[in-house]
Amino acid sequence: MTRRKPIATGSDWNFDILHAFEEEIARLADEYRLDTYPNQIEVITTEQMMDAYASVGMPVGYHHWSFGKQFLAVEQAYRRGQMGLAYELVINSDPCIAYLMEENTLMMQVLVMAHACYGHNSFFKGNYLFRTWTDASSIVDYLVFARKYISECEERHGVAAVEQLLDACHALQNYGVDRYKRPSPVSAAEEARRQTEREAHLQAQVNTLWRTIPGRPRDDILPGMADEEDPLGLHEGGRYPPEPQENLLYFIEKNAPLLAPWQREVVRIVRKLAQYFYPQRQTQVMNEGWATFWHYTLMNRLYEEGLVDEGLMLEFLQSHTAVVNQPAFDSGYFSGINPYALGFAIFTDLRRICEAPTEEDRQWFPDSAGGDWRETLEFAMKNFKDESFIQQFLSPKVIRDLKLFMVVDDDQEEMLEVAAIHDERGYRRIRESLATQYALAVREPNIQVYAADIRGDRSLTLRHVQDSRRPLARSVYPVIRHLHQLWGFPVRLESLHGEEVVRRYHWPLPEEERRD
Amino acid sequence: MTYFIDRRANAKHKSAVNRQRFLDRYRTHIKRSVEEAVNRRSITDMERGEKVSIPSRDISEPVFQHGPGGRRSIVAPGNKEFVEGDRLRRPGGGSGGDGAGEGGASNQGEGMDEFAFTLSREEFLDFVFDGLELPHLERKALVDLDEVRRVRAGVSKEGVPARINIVRSMREAQARRIAMRAPIRRALREATEALAEEERKDPVLRNPARISELKVEIERLKKRLETVPFIDTYDLRYNNLIDQPQPSSKAVMFCVMDVSGSMTQAHKDIAKRFFLLLYLFLERNYDKVELVFVRHHTAAKEVDEEEFFYSRETGGTIVSSALTLVDEIIEARYPPGQWNLYVAQASDGDNWDDDSITCRELLVERLMPRLQYFTYVEITPHAHQALWEEYERVEAEYDERFAMRQIVEAGDIYPVFRELFKRRIAST
Repeated sequence: MTRRKPIATGSDWNFDILHAFEEEIARLADEYRLDTYPNQIEVITTEQMMDAYASVGMPVGYHHWSFGKQFLAVEQAYRRGQMGLAYELVINSDPCIAYLMEENTLMMQVLVMAHACYGHNSFFKGNYLFRTWTDASSIVDYLVFARKYISECEERHGVAAVEQLLDACHALQNYGVDRYKRPSPVSAAEEARRQTEREAHLQAQVNTLWRTIPGRPRDDILPGMADEEDPLGLHEGGRYPPEPQENLLYFIEKNAPLLAPWQREVVRIVRKLAQYFYPQRQTQVMNEGWATFWHYTLMNRLYEEGLVDEGLMLEFLQSHTAVVNQPAFDSGYFSGINPYALGFAIFTDLRRICEAPTEEDRQWFPDSAGGDWRETLEFAMKNFKDESFIQQFLSPKVIRDLKLFMVVDDDQEEMLEVAAIHDERGYRRIRESLATQYALAVREPNIQVYAADIRGDRSLTLRHVQDSRRPLARSVYPVIRHLHQLWGFPVRLESLHGEEVVRRYHWPLPEEERRD
Repeated sequence: MTYFIDRRANAKHKSAVNRQRFLDRYRTHIKRSVEEAVNRRSITDMERGEKVSIPSRDISEPVFQHGPGGRRSIVAPGNKEFVEGDRLRRPGGGSGGDGAGEGGASNQGEGMDEFAFTLSREEFLDFVFDGLELPHLERKALVDLDEVRRVRAGVSKEGVPARINIVRSMREAQARRIAMRAPIRRALREATEALAEEERKDPVLRNPARISELKVEIERLKKRLETVPFIDTYDLRYNNLIDQPQPSSKAVMFCVMDVSGSMTQAHKDIAKRFFLLLYLFLERNYDKVELVFVRHHTAAKEVDEEEFFYSRETGGTIVSSALTLVDEIIEARYPPGQWNLYVAQASDGDNWDDDSITCRELLVERLMPRLQYFTYVEITPHAHQALWEEYERVEAEYDERFAMRQIVEAGDIYPVFRELFKRRIAST
């Protein structure tokens, strides 16, 4: 390969230099067949980066105090120098928006372009979760609609009322996602038009559901249970909903008896945004690993071709090493597993498995070993989420390199037990356990709508199915209080271990508990 | 395909609204911090931001989470000596792991007890005054007219060349030229027409004498037209300057406080708040504000701020000692012609019985004629005593410049302050 003259040296940059680098990166990315959305690279100031951070990366956001809190936290951390700001921020949209901070050195700008504009960008475009659950072309449009709608609500109904509602929705937003249906894309104009229609239609439906004049509350009879004392068959209609519902916000939006139409729309907005972020929550390791793998690969190619000099490369390596550093569990810097480190290690090792497989690899990865690395990586990126990705591709070598071990913490035992370490017997168990650790279903308590007492006292019953006897944290009370605010009638939450209800939570609190 | 967009010129502070919402929501917490800061800081040191901390649990956003307990397995990196089957003591002695792994780490901000951030200067003052604005006083109403400043005041016909207003001068010149040339032009036109008419006549009928007469006349008029000057001394206009009485830009504020045994620290804090308000107010109105602290029990003494607010004294109270000292200080250092004098006095109303009359006399005869304003706040929930009654008589006499109010608790300060100054606005 002929070595060319470096495009630029030193740490200063200007737009011409950025353009030149971007073209080279694009050429190399194309060589690697990275499929991306068009890039929209925005150069911004520190202050603007903090703004962007505070709104969880949404380019346009509605107003809420929690974003202000986020902003103050970021600002404080930055001012104190605790946090290097925003090495990259990229938005899953079409075109893909990436931010470059003006204070960055030339190396940083090139690195961020490779990382965000080609790494993350191709992930957004390729990964099945993003393809299924988000619609990159309409998200900015939808955010504009949401912001406008919410500020109109604030004008009409007062900031306090809207804020309260948003608080309640935010508390439940992790339970506002559909896991099995693909939402359809809509534009802002279309959304505004439909919204009016929806208001009328939705309210009509709710009215039908709650048309029955409520009978006297009968606490002794569980909704849906046939009973001799119920000769009129008021409860014969079966439980409502007939199947448990996991999308709490959707259920609220469609069924809550007392919400005004605008409130239903706000619930819907929060739900839609939660849906948009749903894939990101499930692909952190993969997404960061993929982007890191590509910035590493692309930067090395730039160096091989002589387009960057040694100085820039050394600066890059230092920065890269810091990003993929994984402190040990007993180190003062340890704060969980670093997704950049884990993801980068897995993708890098996957490439090695294809290019230079060992006997072990042939045993563990018979399909990939010795195959085309580019295709194998592409397949891995496109068809998995963190949980399944780790389950599938975490290799014994990576487990050995990171010296992973597994500890079982059981509150019925007095001591913790080291269940597996990085040895022949432990690989599979560690792999499985780590994969589970990233499964949303395990990370978040499994809570579903079980019954709405449409013929009785209108109370709502949720069910929590315990995972390995793990109870709910104390935050359950404020959350069901929020839920009660949305539902408008008593809310119950039953915690189940197996088939048996082990704990009940109520809101409002029954009289006898309130006295405590 | 890639676009570069330079957004650096775009608006910052996109989060300003959200920030304000946050501050509004935690108003009570922040107010507590601000109040502590007010008590801690020097009163000349109010105009900067403040770091505020709120307990994290108060501002957490709850979500459903797993609590400690049950059985969970954690995968962590960096194994050194463990082998399978090792049993370890629980770190921290409690239940659950040490937060290793994703389960515990998901709650953002966990482990941080305090959520800390910094209020800007404006936000800080906003909280100090609890969102209310300082009363906007007309400065004129409060100051003596004893200094002058030259200010522009239109144009005049007299002045020095350096102040010529060229545009106005040229406009005058043009007007004059038009005015002076008009009759000459008219005569010229008439003469020209007469000459032309004469020349149109048959050569036999022409009057040669008349023609030459007209020609001479035309010649003369043309010369006159040329001699109208382009610019003349009457045309000149000068920018006019006049002397405008200028409010003195210096003010001195005397803080007078009773530090006798009956004044508790709480009383002093209330007084401090009051002095602070007056100081901030004066500072917005004058270029320079000096503070003089005079404290007294049975004897008065000029002290520095620290000692003024925080040193303890006991003993009886003779208010006139302080007033006398103020008078002496004015005499010695602040000639009333050059300084705007303000006195703010705080006390719990106790005074040596026959001293109150002396105070009134001192005020009426010596101090009030020279002061801009005298405010007296009595910090007591109890009934008034002699001093108040005597001061009421002063107030009757100097209705415009003497104000007194009773304060029972800190919350009264601002309303009292505003009331004290509101009347002044109405009276101007």
